[in-house]
Amino acid sequence: MSGADRFEAYGGSGRPEDRGAQGGIGEEGGPGDAGARSDSGGADGGEWGGHGVSRDSGAGSGSPADGFGDPGEGSGGFGPGGPGDGSGGSGPVPAPGQPPRIPMPRASVEDGDRPLPALEEPIPSVPPLVLEHPVLKSLLGAWALAACSPQEAEAVEEHLGGCGSCADEALRLREAVGLLQRPESLDLDPGLRTRVLESCLDRRPPRIPVPDWATPYDAETARLDALLQDIGDAEWHAPVRLRWFEADEATSRRTTVAGVIAHLLTVDGLIAVALGLDDPLGEVRADAPTPAGRTEAYWRASHFPPTRSVRVPWREQSHDLVRTVSFTGVGTGRPAVSYGTFELPLHDAMLDRAFECWVHAEDIAEAVDYPYGPPSPRHLNRMIDLAARMLPTVLAVRRQTGRAAPAAGRHLVPAGEPGRSLRLEIEGHGGGEWLIPLDSPGAVGSADHEVAHVALDGVEFCRLAAGHVSPAEAAAGQLGDREAIRDVLFAAASLSRM
Amino acid sequence: MAKKDTPPRWDRKMQQRLARGEAAALGELYDRFASLVHGLAHRVLGDERAADGITREVFAHVWEHPDTYDPKQGPLRTWVATLTHRLAVQRLRATETAALAQDGHGTTEDLERKVRHASVAARADYIVQSMPVPLRAALELAYFQRRDYRQTATDLGVTEDEARRRLRLGLQLLSTAHDAGAPGAPPGYGGAA
Repeated sequence: MSGADRFEAYGGSGRPEDRGAQGGIGEEGGPGDAGARSDSGGADGGEWGGHGVSRDSGAGSGSPADGFGDPGEGSGGFGPGGPGDGSGGSGPVPAPGQPPRIPMPRASVEDGDRPLPALEEPIPSVPPLVLEHPVLKSLLGAWALAACSPQEAEAVEEHLGGCGSCADEALRLREAVGLLQRPESLDLDPGLRTRVLESCLDRRPPRIPVPDWATPYDAETARLDALLQDIGDAEWHAPVRLRWFEADEATSRRTTVAGVIAHLLTVDGLIAVALGLDDPLGEVRADAPTPAGRTEAYWRASHFPPTRSVRVPWREQSHDLVRTVSFTGVGTGRPAVSYGTFELPLHDAMLDRAFECWVHAEDIAEAVDYPYGPPSPRHLNRMIDLAARMLPTVLAVRRQTGRAAPAAGRHLVPAGEPGRSLRLEIEGHGGGEWLIPLDSPGAVGSADHEVAHVALDGVEFCRLAAGHVSPAEAAAGQLGDREAIRDVLFAAASLSRM
Repeated sequence: MAKKDTPPRWDRKMQQRLARGEAAALGELYDRFASLVHGLAHRVLGDERAADGITREVFAHVWEHPDTYDPKQGPLRTWVATLTHRLAVQRLRATETAALAQDGHGTTEDLERKVRHASVAARADYIVQSMPVPLRAALELAYFQRRDYRQTATDLGVTEDEARRRLRLGLQLLSTAHDAGAPGAPPGYGGAA
């Protein structure tokens, strides 16, 4: 089932008018009738083609058909009895006893006026169409839409003069055409979701709330889903380059929009597994239980490149995660989420996934050339906070592997004690200040021990942490210990991964 | 992950979750119906902010009174559309009445005509969105892309008979948008009898 279908899941599911209309159609047009009709259509094929052209050229030349076709004009474009033609409260239905006044279809209006001379030529060679009642009835929809040949339209109109039931239906269908409108723009303001939900929850506080730390994930997945709703089938195959830093080098991997959603599905699946939900990988075995290992395994396992069908399982899983953490995520005993080479507590993993969802949504938006904004300031702030809290551990690991300046010569800082610190100042919406302890993950950031100060914009910091901007290129104001600054910027970039 | 929930089952479970006060259910409800609700409200009111307001009211109503929906009476989608329609038409009538009282232009008949017109237009939108995809695709080709029924048949890969059938059936469904009786009466969204 495609994503779009989800919103139509109830279409045609036995609504009374469906059945009524089905009955109306069913009363005629048995298989024998259908065969006879297509035979004659086939025999006359060449001739129909010629008239199709004349219909098209008529439509293109500023005929009444164009006026009607403009949904903005809607009702006014055609004759008496059209819907909403301002004829007062009696509506389009004629008084009982009177024959219905049937407006001519849009194209045949001028076909009826103009082509009389032209008809002189074909008529000798083409006898007027003689069609059976069921065939004429079956043509009513096409006639009302001016989507049949002039001969057929003529035959239908002739028939309407003598057949009350067809005339009634013709009028009804003709009016229905006036109700066809271009769909309203689907672009909902992404901020509306948060505003609507908050106003609901104010009026009736939830008994089972979505935990604070899960709301960024809830909001970001909804935002990405709205983007996916709007993109066309072909855009699902638009190329996307995933970018991240590995061993302090910019790295990338080529995939498609659908491939990115598959990536989000499989990595979000780490949390699903931690919560005891189904693993989206199913029977597929990954070489390594890491985000990259799982993603590559998923991509490899499918015989065809991922298509838009990946949207539904991704969205269902994200809804399931939000729901499940609402029940199990409160209190102690929350499971930790394993990323293969490290673990995050559940609440941080949900923040991390919200961050990744935004970053990849931007990748997708860029690939299909759609605008995409940053998260709400409150959520952006939590994402930055997660990165800031992860930096001391990352610095320690980098120091052990020789990628950061050694702490040698500096006094070791016992856990819980203030230590040498870098002030990270994030500007813009969602910003703030963080003191990053430099020498030990256990130390406490301290203003008294500040050795350096870095200032950068919140979105820029996130791009750095996502590996989309290199530490050397990040637009950062810097003051103080240059080595400490370099270490922190490189540590931020190394937070990124596939 | 297999799709486990058929629509009636989804509707029933959603109502139970809302009644239980599960905030996550409210988010899922919004994700499923927000564009329907906003689109219908916008069709009636013709104004973005007014449509935002109706969207807020509709979800607040469902969240505060989930028990007013009875799954036996029809799909949740239909119920939500009907509620949206009612609130939007109420709002339109209220703003138009206020405008009429203030500057005295037009008549109450004009007002009623405007309300009726907006109401039918919104119902038509809903019918088009909810009709089976093959019917909608045929109408789209014949009306918006100006294809005749033979070209429509070719585009859709169906017989000419089938193309004619779809165009006719689609218009028959659409024509029921006029059937709702007096303005202000519960609109015929075809769910509850």
